[in-house]
Amino acid sequence: MTGFPLLTALVLLPAAVAAIVAMLPRTRLDAIRMVGLLGSIATAVLSGYLLTRFKVGAPGYQFVTDHVWIRSLGIHWKLGVDGISLFLIALTGVLFPIAIAGPNVDHDVKSYIVWLLVLEAACMGTFLALDLFVFFVFFEVVLVPMYFLIANWGHGRRDYAAMKFFLYTLAGSAFLLVGMLALVFLHARGAAPLTFDFVTLMKDPGVSQATARWLFLAFAVAFAVKVPLFPLHTWLPDAHTEAPTAGSVILAGVLLKMGTYGLLRFDLGLFPEAAKHWAPLLATLAVIGIIYGAAVAAVQKDLKRLVAYSSVAHLGFIVLGTFAFTSQGLSGGVIQMINHGVSTGALFLLVGMIYERRHTRAISELSGLQKAAPLMAAVFTVVMLSSIGLPGLNGFVGEFLVLIGSFGPHRWWAVVATTGVVLAAVYLLWAYQRVFHGEPVGDNAAMPDLQWREKLVLAPLVLLIVGMGVYPKPVLDRINPSVNELVHHVQAADK
Amino acid sequence: MTFLAQVQNPLNFPTQPTQTDTFHLPHVEYSLLLPELIVIGGALLLLLLSALIVRRRNINVNTTLTLITLGAAGAPLFWRWHEYRDHAAKVAKLSPSVAQLGSAVAGGPPTRAVVGAIANDGFGIYVVGLLLIVAALGVLIGDSWLRREEQARGPEFHVLVLLATAGAMFMAVSNDLIVTFLGLEILSLPLFVLAAYHSRRAIGREAAMKYFILSAFSSALFLYGVALVYGATGSTNLDEIGSFLAQNVVTNGVLLAGMGLLLVGFGFKVAAVPFHNWAPDVYQGAPSPVSGFMAAAAKVAAFAGMLRVFMTALSALRLDWQPLVAALAFLSLVVGAVLAAVQTDVKRMLAYSSISHAGFMLVGLQAGTLDGVSATLNYVAIYSFMLLGAFAVVTVASSPSHDVNQDLRDYRGLARRRPGLALLFTIFLLAQAGVPLTGGFIAKFDVIAAAVNAKSYALAVIAMLSAVIAAFLYLRIVLSMYTSGDDDAPIARDPALRPSRAMAVALAVALIVTVATGIIPGPALDLARHATFAF
Repeated sequence: MTGFPLLTALVLLPAAVAAIVAMLPRTRLDAIRMVGLLGSIATAVLSGYLLTRFKVGAPGYQFVTDHVWIRSLGIHWKLGVDGISLFLIALTGVLFPIAIAGPNVDHDVKSYIVWLLVLEAACMGTFLALDLFVFFVFFEVVLVPMYFLIANWGHGRRDYAAMKFFLYTLAGSAFLLVGMLALVFLHARGAAPLTFDFVTLMKDPGVSQATARWLFLAFAVAFAVKVPLFPLHTWLPDAHTEAPTAGSVILAGVLLKMGTYGLLRFDLGLFPEAAKHWAPLLATLAVIGIIYGAAVAAVQKDLKRLVAYSSVAHLGFIVLGTFAFTSQGLSGGVIQMINHGVSTGALFLLVGMIYERRHTRAISELSGLQKAAPLMAAVFTVVMLSSIGLPGLNGFVGEFLVLIGSFGPHRWWAVVATTGVVLAAVYLLWAYQRVFHGEPVGDNAAMPDLQWREKLVLAPLVLLIVGMGVYPKPVLDRINPSVNELVHHVQAADK
Repeated sequence: MTFLAQVQNPLNFPTQPTQTDTFHLPHVEYSLLLPELIVIGGALLLLLLSALIVRRRNINVNTTLTLITLGAAGAPLFWRWHEYRDHAAKVAKLSPSVAQLGSAVAGGPPTRAVVGAIANDGFGIYVVGLLLIVAALGVLIGDSWLRREEQARGPEFHVLVLLATAGAMFMAVSNDLIVTFLGLEILSLPLFVLAAYHSRRAIGREAAMKYFILSAFSSALFLYGVALVYGATGSTNLDEIGSFLAQNVVTNGVLLAGMGLLLVGFGFKVAAVPFHNWAPDVYQGAPSPVSGFMAAAAKVAAFAGMLRVFMTALSALRLDWQPLVAALAFLSLVVGAVLAAVQTDVKRMLAYSSISHAGFMLVGLQAGTLDGVSATLNYVAIYSFMLLGAFAVVTVASSPSHDVNQDLRDYRGLARRRPGLALLFTIFLLAQAGVPLTGGFIAKFDVIAAAVNAKSYALAVIAMLSAVIAAFLYLRIVLSMYTSGDDDAPIARDPALRPSRAMAVALAVALIVTVATGIIPGPALDLARHATFAF
């Protein structure tokens, strides 16, 4: 451990760069883009450094920083990282430069870059927070930049989509805030000092079994909206579809993970017994999400909407794995979070590239793109197969572990969920067939292939897809100690 | 003891001290009333100056003198605050429980003045200080409005603001229902005139008329409540009512009716549902700077009075008023937010949302704890800055139409015409929505924490959900500023929307407080806590 406050820097660096960009003159577009990109790359480097300095095989939190923030309420600026949050940090670090460098926007570039950087800071804060208050603050702050990204640079019904996204999540957070405060005050009732410290609260929440079950639900509602879990998912297709490409990438890649991360970290950590109590409910909703998301994705006419609904299905797998309470299920869930971030992020980028060229996302208007843009088709194939879960690519590792892990505790759930894998193949391959195969009709024939900038943007994602699929061990080695500790924590809770 | 009790004691209650029937003037500690006296003196001085120097009616002089007056009134507060806090800290060290109960410990500064009619405590100092700042911001915003609208006829605007502030200050330090009532009236009367200040606007006069009639009505109810409480307890002094109720069980309905009427009276002043109907019309009709000042000052003063009356005098009846206050809070939260969401006039939106904010403050009161009191204080303080900031932006943004066009449509594309102004408005609105890292979030957080700590879980959830509805409204305004229908249009700054220097100062203060309390909430929270420490 070094004296350098690495985790605080991860939060403050993007925020500081955002402030710098905000001070640049509005017309210097190149400078704005360059500073923004360099800032996000620097953050990525910092998160990479964190990855290398992370002590493998050790459970518990590393690089912990702890400063008093609001003394009278016992609120601390406490950040820490363990095997579960480590890769979410890395994922955030990787996706943001890609989102900034990849798609272009045609107006108000400065505020666009500023919002993206603010969003990155908030995302980092959410995953690093070890104080409930700090977590909540960042969890909420995320909404503002994302709202503006969708509302100002989105497509079609962007106003509606942005508003829906904001209000849905805010409504969920209402329960989280009250639940969190109830937990904190009930904990302090036993003459303990007021504290929002997650680690202290996790050791002994100090609430009765019945209360814990209610509090679990209060937390779970907020996270279920964010995941999104069926039936709270209806904001997602609109937000994903109408968001600008970078917004979709971050929304799918990073923001949805806040929900599953919250369930994993806070719901399981703070209320292990209640988690066991409610596990059938959550697992059922997850499986419904898997089947429903896949079925609805299959009938979409809009390519981007199809990808959006596939997220509902994929996130269902993560939740299913989380509530299996086995180490395979949980680490499968964590890996699946990363995988989904990478592969769905890449899918949204590709859909965005098609849209930039053809100005349509309607599947019926696209055809034979393979002939016009063979390289794009190749990349799309790899990403799509990863999303389907083809062995050898990253998607397989996560889904496989989730299904194995949940087969024991929730046998029939796992059986039904397996059909989701088949359905994923159906809707993705069918879409691929319609968009890329056949003869290019009309404008499709003249569609240009990937440019060097786009290749550069997609390359790291493709590398990750293949790399993590072939050799997931380094990732699992870091995840497993933390996951095992959590599994133990849940299993030890008296039934 | 009170004037009334001294003059006449028909019922001869046991708590009444045996007193001769000779009337003698009470001892008045003028030094403790210095802030109030300075503000009134400043107002009179301004009037006098304008009468003597007829030719040179200069608005610069008026504004400067008003600000100096407010500053001078604030100066004594500093050392009194330190004196109070040092003493409170000493008491807390000796015995924390005593300090919690707020009983006086020998050796400290006097906690009561003017025969117990005035309270000299941290609560009063805090609220008075807040009111002085609110008045200063109101004058700064009003200054540029007066110039623009060519309404700078004389010092009337400034005088009225000062007098209203003096009334509000009396409410804040009052420890007697009669003084509270006087403060209420001194506050309200200048506000009626201010609402109709624009000499060429009929809508302002309509607003003033509505405000006057409904306010007079509510004052009457309040006064009737005072009379009933006096009838039931034999005193109008808050301490004496409190100790009487602590020692005697009053079972008749007179006290409850009195309590209910007091609640109605305060409910009118803070615009709580179902006593809210005047607010939208008045906020919309009054000049924007006046709406801002009125909303902030009246809320601060009324909540100060309300907290004092219900938490000290009527604290024994807590179980009776808590459900009523909770019902008012619930209605204000939901009705305010829902009706705000369907408005199309920005000032009406802000009016209805202020009703919803009043609901939040009532949530703090219904907790019935010291935490609740300090949370309510903190809320009303932070809210004042957010609200004044918002009305300052409204004043600037509507300058081309002279304050008339306040429809949501008129705000379309403001971000293109004046990006900085739009950003400021966005910050004030998001803060009101309770987005973290702004003061608005801390205000809400503290109130909800107090409610949860008092086990009002359902009300806490409803409050947060109503905040979601309210967020919709704020985002609607934000959205209309950032959509012009033509994204590619270049940014063309509109010189007509340039804030004047006084306005810029007001905006800067409101912005700094709104943001700073969000990022470093500790000092603001501690201030409110210390203020209620020996409540």
